[in-house]
Amino acid sequence: MADPIVVVGAGPAGLAAAARAAQSGARVVLLDDNPNPGGQIWRADSSKAPVGEAARWLQAAGNSAIERVNGARVVAAPAPSTLEIETFDGAREIRYSKLVLATGARERFLPFPGWTLPNVMGAGGLQALAKSGFPIAGKSVVVAGSGPLLLAVAQYLDTHGARVRLIAEQAEQSSITRFGLGLVRHPGKLIQAMGLRASLRPIPYMTGCWPTAAHGSGKLERVSLRRGAKTWDEPCDFLACGFGLVPNLELPLLLRCDLGETGVAVDEMQQASVTGVYAAGEVTGIGGLDLSLAEGEIAGYAAAGQPDRARALFSARASARRFAAALENAFALREELKALPWDETLVCRCEDVAFGRIRKFSGWREAKLQTRCGMGPCQGRVCGPALEFLLDWRTESVRPPVYPARIATLAGTSEPQPRS
Amino acid sequence: MPRDVTLTVNGARVSVPEGAMVSTAVAMAGLMGFRKSVTGEPRAPLCGMGICFECRVTVNGRAHVRSCQVVCSDGMEVRTDG
Repeated sequence: MADPIVVVGAGPAGLAAAARAAQSGARVVLLDDNPNPGGQIWRADSSKAPVGEAARWLQAAGNSAIERVNGARVVAAPAPSTLEIETFDGAREIRYSKLVLATGARERFLPFPGWTLPNVMGAGGLQALAKSGFPIAGKSVVVAGSGPLLLAVAQYLDTHGARVRLIAEQAEQSSITRFGLGLVRHPGKLIQAMGLRASLRPIPYMTGCWPTAAHGSGKLERVSLRRGAKTWDEPCDFLACGFGLVPNLELPLLLRCDLGETGVAVDEMQQASVTGVYAAGEVTGIGGLDLSLAEGEIAGYAAAGQPDRARALFSARASARRFAAALENAFALREELKALPWDETLVCRCEDVAFGRIRKFSGWREAKLQTRCGMGPCQGRVCGPALEFLLDWRTESVRPPVYPARIATLAGTSEPQPRS
Repeated sequence: MPRDVTLTVNGARVSVPEGAMVSTAVAMAGLMGFRKSVTGEPRAPLCGMGICFECRVTVNGRAHVRSCQVVCSDGMEVRTDG
């Protein structure tokens, strides 16, 4: 039997790619690092079943031609058209005829004094934890950082019993208003955005406002905020703070895919610079749900040899791309945020390396060698995007394993698991 | 309502709703630090999605498991060093 199309990532783009490829007659393996499909935006809520668009795509990906492997992280690419994957139970190699990379995005965190205190979390981070049952009812939360995700997170926390004290959005109101006007060309989006705001209880949405420090003894107790010339402390149990999203590029880089301005560079069929490897969704550039779905569908059809069906989705993709570009401009990070870390503020949380030690170096390579910055278990996934913003350092290459792997996996001594 | 799952965190019994992640169980056990950093600071989850490795704990004797990515099961033994 021919090798399957392997899709890495079961968020919207990966689900759409897997569904369209399977509907086109291909055999598909859908891998995801999480215990459940849905990615971050459709992350399973342990207290309720998925609805609407999420339910439709999750059902489509339940197609019997799709083998779903959850809790699987790709750690290496040991041979051409082969991935090494590791699950809680062991490791195995998997061969592919075509590969669709839908590895999604993560939050960008920026270091400021106190950000390593327990209960300072990502915005999407606290929401993800809450969805898996993390107790937040009755807790007071400051939501901060940048982007439309803050609104969605505040709404989710509010409806689940948290007391959201305020949303601190670093972008200026004028910038967001311009974005808001641009939404008129995308009526569906406008309603969605307004509906989101309307359903929020009166939570102050403070634009041009950002956190400068977190304080507490052993855990977070209050956060210092700045807005214009005004600074004040806000008491809270949690700070949910993320400064936009960045694509997960580790696996594409390992496979030597070329990067463009925003993420993995792709052609009109979502094919990367490596023949037979496609990329879809946030990994090609942050663009939101509609763009992820359109790119995923196109990649799925293209990988399964249905270019005409892929072409029928080009106009939907183009429209979603215009929306994504407007979004990026509206929530661009302000220069003042580069002054957030003090010299003694830790930037690399794995190896506890402070900003003052890192910024003396001219780039990643030297900093890694001299300080071990970015060389801990997260392998620069947190400090990388921070230093990209703070110091303009770009991650150029990735070496396997792309996730910390067990020695047995690396040595190839894991029990082989026969594929069904 | 989902049924509850019971496990231990540092020897103490904790019940969580079925489907909850190990990170939830550690939080419900009242522990603030999930691990100690290389310089001894207490650390707790940051990203909630398997990226940052701040929430790592020992599960059934296996070290460095990301607690936000593993679903709780009955009888699971979780240990933190935070």
